Amino acid sequence: MTSRLLFVALLIPAIGVAALASAGRDGIVSALSAQAKQDNSKFTSFSAEAGKKFWFTAHVGGKSDTPSCVTCHTKDARTMGQTRAGKAIDPMAVSANPNRFTDPEKVAKWFGRNCNTVLGRECTAEEKGNVITYLMSQ
Amino acid sequence: MRPARISAGLAAILGLTAMAMPALALRLPPVTHPATLKECSGCHMVFPPQMLPARSWTALMGDLANHFNESAALPPDVQADIVGYLTANAADAPANKAIRGLLSGVKATDVPLRITEMPWWKRSHGEVSPGRYALPQIKTASNCIACHRDGAKGVFTEN
Ligand code: HEC
Ligand code: HEC
Ligand code: HEC
Repeated sequence: MTSRLLFVALLIPAIGVAALASAGRDGIVSALSAQAKQDNSKFTSFSAEAGKKFWFTAHVGGKSDTPSCVTCHTKDARTMGQTRAGKAIDPMAVSANPNRFTDPEKVAKWFGRNCNTVLGRECTAEEKGNVITYLMSQ
Repeated sequence: MRPARISAGLAAILGLTAMAMPALALRLPPVTHPATLKECSGCHMVFPPQMLPARSWTALMGDLANHFNESAALPPDVQADIVGYLTANAADAPANKAIRGLLSGVKATDVPLRITEMPWWKRSHGEVSPGRYALPQIKTASNCIACHRDGAKGVFTEN
C-alpha cells in the first residue's frame, strides 16, 4: 500500500515534467511554424527528411573547422557529441534527451551561435523547424 | 574570498618562496557568478578569471561572434555582466595580489587571448608530451578538465 502510494506520488510529478517539456517544445515549433508561413506563403509543414539533410550537409560559408552540425553533435543523434574544446555534449535526439528544445531562450541562442559558425548566417525558421522535427523523430 | 594557495611547484616556477606541499596544486576560488557559469560552460569548462589579465578578458569578450573560430555570441547586457565579473577578478585585479605571479613574463602591452599561451602555463606543462593533448578524449590543451578533474572548481592538481 505504502509502496503503491509512493509509486503514484513519484509518477505524478514525472508525468507532469514530461508534459511540460513537450508543451515547451510544441510552443517553440508552433512559433517557428508561424514565422515560416510569414517568410514564405507556400510553406505548409516541417519535414524531418529536410531536417536530416540539413543536419548532415557539409555547408559552405561558415568556419572551416565546423562544416556541419554533426561535426560536434555526431552522426547518431542518440549518442553524446563533443565540442572542439573536447567537452561532451548530451544527445540531441529527443528520445535520448527529453529536455531538448524546451527552453525558447536556449534554443534561440544556440541556433544563433551554431548557424553562424557552420553556415556563416542565421538559419531560417523553416530550417530550424525542420531540424527540430528531425531530432524529435530520432 | 581566500587568496589562492600556490603549490611548491608553481611557487618555484614563479620564483616565490617554496611552501611545503605534497603535490603540485593551485587552488582558486570557484566561479559563482551566474551568467558566467551559464554562458561560458557550454563548450569548455568555465576558466578561472584569475588566469588572465583584465585587458585580455575585455578583448575576448569584445569579439564573441568570432571566438576561436566559433560564434559564442551573447546579448549585450549579458556580455556586459560577464565582462564586469571577469575583469573584477582578473589576474591584475587588486584582490589578486597574492597570485600576481601568474603574470610573470607577460608585458604590460601583451594581450594574451589564451591561458595556454601564458608563460606560467607553458612552463608548468613543459613535461606533458604534446601527443597527449591529441588523444580523442582530450583533443586540445584547452580541455583542462580532461587532466584536472576539479578544474571547474578552481582546483588544479596533478590528476
Ligand atoms: C562547434 C560545435 C557545434 C556545432 C558545429 C553545432 N553545435 Fe549545436 N550545440 C553545441 C553545443 C556545445 C551546444 C550546447 C550544449 C547542450 O545543449 O548540450 C549546442 C546546442 C544546440 C542547440 C540547443 C538545443 C536545446 O536543447 O535547446 C541547438 C538547437 C543546436 N545546437 C543546433 C545546431 C545546429 C542546427 C547545428 C548545425 C547548423 C549545430 N548545432 C552545430 C555545439 C555545436
Ligand atoms: C560556442 C562554444 C564556446 C562558448 C559558448 C565559449 N567558448 Fe571559449 N572557447 C571555445 C573554443 C572552440 C575555444 C578554443 C579551444 C581550442 O583551441 O582547443 C575556446 C577557448 C577559450 C579560451 C582560451 C583557452 C586556452 O586555450 O587557454 C578562453 C579564455 C575562453 N574560451 C573564454 C570563454 C568565455 C569567457 C566564454 C563565455 C563568455 C566562452 N569562452 C564561451 C568555444 C566556446
Ligand atoms: C594533457 C593533460 C593536461 C591538460 C589538458 C592541462 N593540464 Fe595542467 N597540468 C598537467 C600536468 C601533468 C601538470 C603537472 C606538471 C608537472 O608535474 O610538472 C599540470 C599542472 C598544472 C598547473 C600547475 C600546478 C602547480 O602547482 O604547479 C596548473 C595551474 C594547471 N596545470 C592548469 C591547467 C589549465 C588552466 C589547463 C587548461 C587551460 C590545463 N592545466 C590543461 C596536465 C594537463
